Amino acid sequence: MIELKHITKVFKTGKSDVKALDDVSLTVEKGEIFGVIGYSGAGKSTLVRMANLLEEPTSGDVIIDSDNLVTLSKEALRKKRQRIGMIFQGFNLLKTLTVYQNIAIPLKLTGVAENEIKTRVKKYLEIVGLSDKTDVYPNQLSGGQKQRVAIARALSHEPDILLSDEATSALDPDTTDQILELLLKINRELGITILLITHEMHVIQRICDRVAVMENGKIIEQGPVVDLYTEPKHQTTRRFVESIFPSQTPKHIIKDLQKEGPILDLTFVGSATESPSLSVISNRYQIETNILSGNIVELKDQTFGKLRAHIKGSVQETTKSIDYLTDQGVIVREVVIHDGIY
Amino acid sequence: MTAFIERWGTTIIEATLATFQMVTISLFFSILIGLPLGVLLVISRTNGKRYIWLYRVLNIVINTIRSVPFIILLFALLPFTRAIVGTSMGVRGVIVPLVIFTAPYLARLMESSLLEVDQGVIEAYQAMGIKPLHIIWHVMIREAKSSIILGITIAVIGLIGATAMAGLVGAGGLGDVAYRFGHVRYQPEVMYVTIVILIILIQGIQTLGNVLSQKAKKD
Ligand SMILES: Nc1ncnc2c1ncn2[C@@H]1O[C@H](COP(=O)(O)OP(=O)(O)OP(=O)(O)O)[C@@H](O)[C@H]1O
Ligand SMILES: [Mg+2]
Repeated sequence: MIELKHITKVFKTGKSDVKALDDVSLTVEKGEIFGVIGYSGAGKSTLVRMANLLEEPTSGDVIIDSDNLVTLSKEALRKKRQRIGMIFQGFNLLKTLTVYQNIAIPLKLTGVAENEIKTRVKKYLEIVGLSDKTDVYPNQLSGGQKQRVAIARALSHEPDILLSDEATSALDPDTTDQILELLLKINRELGITILLITHEMHVIQRICDRVAVMENGKIIEQGPVVDLYTEPKHQTTRRFVESIFPSQTPKHIIKDLQKEGPILDLTFVGSATESPSLSVISNRYQIETNILSGNIVELKDQTFGKLRAHIKGSVQETTKSIDYLTDQGVIVREVVIHDGIY
Repeated sequence: MTAFIERWGTTIIEATLATFQMVTISLFFSILIGLPLGVLLVISRTNGKRYIWLYRVLNIVINTIRSVPFIILLFALLPFTRAIVGTSMGVRGVIVPLVIFTAPYLARLMESSLLEVDQGVIEAYQAMGIKPLHIIWHVMIREAKSSIILGITIAVIGLIGATAMAGLVGAGGLGDVAYRFGHVRYQPEVMYVTIVILIILIQGIQTLGNVLSQKAKKD
């Protein structure tokens, strides 16, 4: 379990100070995948680097399985870090070492026995699917393969926790998905708790259980991924959700359509995505429905859909329709033009 | 030709050996001092504000030594040399100034080589809980090896240049032969032969350095 308590981090850079983290608190439960999302400069890297004290907090506590890293001695911190794996956007492999050596040498330096090293390298290269690249140098590998080696290197220390600082940001979409799949597998099969940071909603959506949204060194919203998708409270959170559901209906069209009936944003979670509620209401009530945009995505363990539809009909009939939809578990929100994000 | 070899052969061979001896011994001590000094420079300057004072001190010391030309250093250090090795003459006497001349230069070369090492890799090793000394050896020096070898090559060539002045304290060597016999006693062929030997030597060392550096690169 990772507990960050009231973490503040100020970087002193010449004349001006930068407050990279501002009283941030966060708890990652054992066995979950926790994602932190935010735009560039929000403080994500600084935050994840707190979890193994690569960055020391100006104030606050970092508690990992009941040890407060801030108060540990150098030696104890070193030992503790051996139980916390980390992967990076830039992979950070040694160019002058083969894949095998890249995994084996850190093990040797942390005092793992020679025959145990052999077993582990083999085991974890198998898990990441790179058994055939044992004697190759990193420069002969693709980005995705390098990240796999880095993951194998982290796993070979058999950590309880894996930290990921934008591990997929340098990869193409297909490779990103493969690496995310791998992280999910590691989490499920080895029970490793994962704290990852990203600026891509896609990453959160695919593998995270819970998510925190960061802005200007603060966590502005956090909770289960599905909650943030259904009820994004903060403007920035909404923008991230929007990035998955682009629904840019031109304003004038919305204005025109609203003269004949409301435009609704419908959110479907879980089983609600499977029933044809929209066709039911157009049959049952005196209305016409017209879908303006929509998408269904697969969250880690449920489906989630968003539709924007125009409903044409009398006020009475539309109200009945909305009630029906709400009964079916659909979250209905009317589009208001001055809403900004509408 | 035969006459030349008979007359000068031993002198030139002895001089070549003396140069070799001076270069290898002072190189050995220069690396012994220069490499750790280079590491210290990099560590003190890349670890935030904590050790920046050390960097500043080392910086001033190194710059001071490096501003003195070797020939002046050689004389300025005479008493110091005598105190350390008991004499200020001969090969023994010239090693001390050669090392003091070369080590700071080498430290600078090592510094720039080590600075090329990706900070991210070092961080990855810190995150794995690996000891700082191990990181220096297994990450910094290892990753910079190719560039370190090129740096040492440059230092060796500079060292050969400096040994030319060793004759001034009676340490002999190729430069001394070229100067004493070639220049002072008007034996131009002796001078040309030593120059040719020096050219071959330096070409050879640079080539060797390039090959070893390429090999250390791996990828
Ligand atoms: N070592 C440092 N010295 C000074 N300022 C820093 C340092 N590290 C980070 N900062 C500043 O702290 C703020 C947060 O940086 P951080 O790297 O945590 O952002 P991020 O969310 O990871 O951004 P990105 O997505 O671009 O990686 C930025 O304003 C950055 O300039
Ligand atoms: Mg970052």
